[in-house]
Parts: sequence; structure tokens; C-alpha cells
Amino acid sequence: MLAFTIRRLLQAVVVMLVVALISFTLFRFVGDPVNQMVGVETTPEQREALRERLGLNDPVLVQFGRFITKAAQFDFGTSYQFRQPVAELIGRRLPATLELSFVSAVLALLVGIPMGVYTGLHRDSWLSKLFLSISLIGISLPTFFIGILLIFIFAVTLQWLPSFGRGEVVQVGWWSTGLLTWSGIKALILPAITLGLFQMTLIMRLVRSEMLEVIRTDYIKFARARGLRERTINFRHALKNTLVPVITITGLQLGSIIAFAIITETVFQWPGMGLLFLQAVQNVDIPIMAAYLMLIAFLFVTINLIVDLLYFRVDPRLRVERAAH
Amino acid sequence: MTTVTDKTPDRQEPAAPGRIARVLDSDIFHSFWRSKVTVLSAFITLLFIIGAAFAPWLAPHNPFDLATISILDARLPPIGMEYHDPSYLLGTDDQGRDVFSGILYGARISLAVGFLSVVFAAIVGVLLGLIAGYVGGKVDAIIMRIAEVQLTFPAILIALLVDGVARALVGNLDRERYAFWILVFSIALSFWVQFARTVRGSTLVERNKEYVQAARLIGIPPFLIMIRHVLPNVIGPVLVIATINLGLAIITEATLSFLGVGIPPTQPSLGTLVRIGNDFLFSGEWWIAMFPGCALAILVLAVNLLGDWLRDALNPKLR
Repeated sequence: MLAFTIRRLLQAVVVMLVVALISFTLFRFVGDPVNQMVGVETTPEQREALRERLGLNDPVLVQFGRFITKAAQFDFGTSYQFRQPVAELIGRRLPATLELSFVSAVLALLVGIPMGVYTGLHRDSWLSKLFLSISLIGISLPTFFIGILLIFIFAVTLQWLPSFGRGEVVQVGWWSTGLLTWSGIKALILPAITLGLFQMTLIMRLVRSEMLEVIRTDYIKFARARGLRERTINFRHALKNTLVPVITITGLQLGSIIAFAIITETVFQWPGMGLLFLQAVQNVDIPIMAAYLMLIAFLFVTINLIVDLLYFRVDPRLRVERAAH
Repeated sequence: MTTVTDKTPDRQEPAAPGRIARVLDSDIFHSFWRSKVTVLSAFITLLFIIGAAFAPWLAPHNPFDLATISILDARLPPIGMEYHDPSYLLGTDDQGRDVFSGILYGARISLAVGFLSVVFAAIVGVLLGLIAGYVGGKVDAIIMRIAEVQLTFPAILIALLVDGVARALVGNLDRERYAFWILVFSIALSFWVQFARTVRGSTLVERNKEYVQAARLIGIPPFLIMIRHVLPNVIGPVLVIATINLGLAIITEATLSFLGVGIPPTQPSLGTLVRIGNDFLFSGEWWIAMFPGCALAILVLAVNLLGDWLRDALNPKLR
């Protein structure tokens, strides 16, 4: 276990270093940082002085080292567009994105698992076929179009829900939450559905195929033979054994949810990190792009690491296999 | 071919069937006709390809010819609604451009970006996979490590990032001119991994087979062995992956264009059209965004269903 943990940890560090290298290359070589900071009337001498002061004349390796040290302290420099520290900008937007992602993930699980169980148990009922068709459409429809459809139906035509923004937010320490006000919750509904729909179909299909396999196993047949109630068999025995892969996939998907939030946030003008990143891409604001990349990489790597370690703990077969090597 | 078989009258079996007859009798062809959904999606895909390829001749209006569009025709509703104009089947957008013609021209760009980026991704992926599998050692480790790191992130994020960097490198003025190729390049770069991994896997198997050893023995250079001998034996699954990725590539293109970092509004793709129409959703002109969006969804659904069928028909194990 310890050796495995250390090896995975080392891999994670390597990935982070590679991403840091990409971020650094972006930051340092795509566009001249000095050009972005000064006006047209700055003299070459002043530019050179600024260059020296920023350390841009040092050896590249030294600069890379400095970049990593600063990144570890969440210091990513100043945004070209907003003239504000990048860390501050992202910090202010972080709660909106995390809240949206979290609610979408919970929604996907709460709806996806029961749908998966149902379609797995009742393969040929018309409702299962309906669920499966919907899920196929859900996978084929681009996220942004789902968002627009929802806006068109629920915001424009029916006028039940707001189509943009977060509604009223409450400040809890440095964290701003929209979950405590009625308008905040209403504003969250459509974006959360848009973002969660893809993961929901994924979870549903996964649970379904796992259920179909588990149902055929001997211990389920034995449980039936013992005369246990249908409900007990389905939920206590069958579902429990399907949940390991579901937890894994959901964990891994959490990272994609945060990344896919870029699209949803754009459609609903949700003031999160994704929208900030997109504006950065549009306006070639390299410091924000580099910082967002590092942050997302960190999230992904951490989630992957946790899922891997959890998997190792949950599934004893994996441990036996490793030990045999 | 038939003349040769005619000269041997003593042969009992009928003349070898022609190429077309063989295709018509193959398993794939039968499994194609058996599934109504597949036939329908093939039909729809074909319809889109024809509509896109012959857009200048099929489209009732030319949405890019400023001489023929009139701002007076702006925001006309589709046929069947009040105040419609019968010459605009699906209505017009804010500048008086015909939505239906816009979809035909837009599908052209969407399909072109989709095809080209998948082809580039396949070329890059197959080459790197071949090299990684055949050469092995450090080269293999480096290529596969890069692939692993990239696989950690969703393709759309990679595409967005590459797109952003490419746009930064190209500079403000040329950004619109090169938007098409920047997009193809960014999508291709985010899709190569799956090709590389599959090809590497089968190359590892092929490398140790006798024909490769024989080729090596008679002194054929490694590059030629890879291209001429190994490649034909590992190319099969590539076609399937390409078809499955085509739908994804079209969605990625549409998404990037919708986000405003893809194809510019002067030569709109389906995603750009939805982006344009999105601004008019609230004022009641739903058709400007909805029709291109639906066209996109139908196209992607059809391509995805075709890909699913192809995967099952060619290789049931690849699931």
C-alpha cells in the first residue's frame, strides 16, 4: 500500500511539473509580458529596466523555478485585462463554479442511479426504452444547445426561472453562496441540469450495465432462493455491488464537470472561473490561462489520486494482484 | 477477371463474384440493412454531406452575397407563422440572411472541420502509435506519458487551450483568416491520443510476428517496415475510432464556435449560427438559433449512431 501510494504520488508530481512547464512556456514565450504591461510611450531603457526587475533576463531554468515557487503560493501575476492579481480574480470566482459543479454532480447521482437501477431490472419495459432513448439524445446533444433549449423553454416561454446570473448571493466569510437565498437556488436550477445531464446519462448507463451483470450472479440467485424480498435483493445485494465503479467514474467525472462548466457558465452567464477562463482565451490574457490550467490540473490530479487510492482500499482483488507481482 | 474464369469451364463453382456483389453479400452489408436505425442515420448523414457539398447550388439564397440580402428581410419568421415570406423556408436572421441556406453553408464548414481534424488526429496518432509500439524503449515511454497526461483532461479543455495559444501566436489581424485551420489543429491535437494508444497496442503484437522479423532480416529500414508492413495490419480499428470521433469533433467545433473562439461570424459554422441566434432568443426570434441547433443535433446523432453500428459490425470486442 505504501509503495503504491508513493508511486502514484510521484506520478502526480510529474504530471503537475509537466503542466507547470506548459503554463510557464505559455506565460514566458507566448507574447511578450513586458509589452502587455507598459504603454507605447515607454522607452527601450525603461523596458529593459522592467525586464531586469521582473527577472526576465535570468536563465530560463531559474525563471521556471521561480514560477513554480510562486505558483505554489498561488501567485500567478497580474491579469492583462483586469490589471488585478490573478489569484484574487480566480478566488472570487471559485465558489460559483464549485457550487454549480457540486450541485450538478449530486443531481446526476440522485437521478442517474435510480434510472440505471430501473432500466437494469426492467429491461424490456417501455419506460426503460424511453430512458435509454433520452440518454442517447442526451449524449448527442451538445451541452450548449441543451442550455439554450432549457432557457428557451423555462426562461423565455414559461418564464419560470431566470436565464442568467447567480441571483442573490450571501457572503459566508470569503465564500459567496447562492444556496441560501430563494433567487439563488432558482438561478442554479437550469445551469445545474445542463451541466449534470451528460454525467447523468453516463451514470445511468453504467449502473444499468453493472446491474445486468450482477443480477446474473449466483449470490443473487441464492438470495432469491432464500426467499428474500425483491426490494432487499435489488437494493441491499445487487446495487451495493455496482457502486464501486460508479463511485470511481463519478469521482473522475467531477474534474470534467468543473472543466465543462466553461460551456454552461457561458450559456447562463454564470460568474464562475470558466467564464473568466473563456474571456482570457478570447482576449489572450495569458496569466489567467496559465493559472486556470494549473488549478484545473491540480484538481484533476488530486481527484485521480484520491480515486486510485480509494479503489485500492475498496477492492481487495487489486491488492492481491499487486502483491503477487 | 471474368474472362479468366471463363477459360476454365471444367470448374464447377460459379465465376468469382465481382467486387460489388461481394460487398452486397458481406456480413457488414447485411447487418447494415437489418438495422433500420442505421439505415436511417446513414441516409441523414448522406443528406447532410450532399447538402453541404452542393450548398452553392442547393441553397435558395446565398447568405454571403451582400448584393442579394436585404436588411428589410431581417428576422422574418419561418413558414407557417404570421408575417412569413414563402421564399424563406426557415425564416431569416438579423441581417436578412436565409436561415435554411445558412444551415447548408454552416454544415459545410462543420463537416469540413470535423473530417479534417479527425483525419489529422488519425495521422498524428497512428504515426506516434506506430513509432511508440515499434521502437519501444524511451521513445515509447515519452510518447505514452504525454498521452497519459493529456488523457487526464477532457478533450474540450485541451482544444480550448491549444486554440487560445494558437490565437495568441497568430496575432490579432490574422486571427479571422486562420480561424478555420486553428480550429482544425486544436481539435486534432486533442483527439490523437486514442488513435495512438490503439495503434501502439496492436503494433506491440505485430512487432514480434514472423513477417516483421523476416522483413528486418532482409534489411528493410524500420520506417519502411512500419509503413508498408505493420501499418496495414493495425489500421482496422482506426477507421472505427475515426467514425466515433467524428461526432465528437463536430460537437467540439460547434462548442468552440459557440463560445466565440472558433469560426468567426463572417463564414459561420453551425455552432456560430447558434451563437448568433442566441442573442435573439429573448426577443422571440427563436428560429435563428433553434434550427441550426437542431440541424447540428440531428447530424451528430446520425453520425454517432453510424459509428456505434460500425464498431459493433467490424469488431464486437472493441466495446
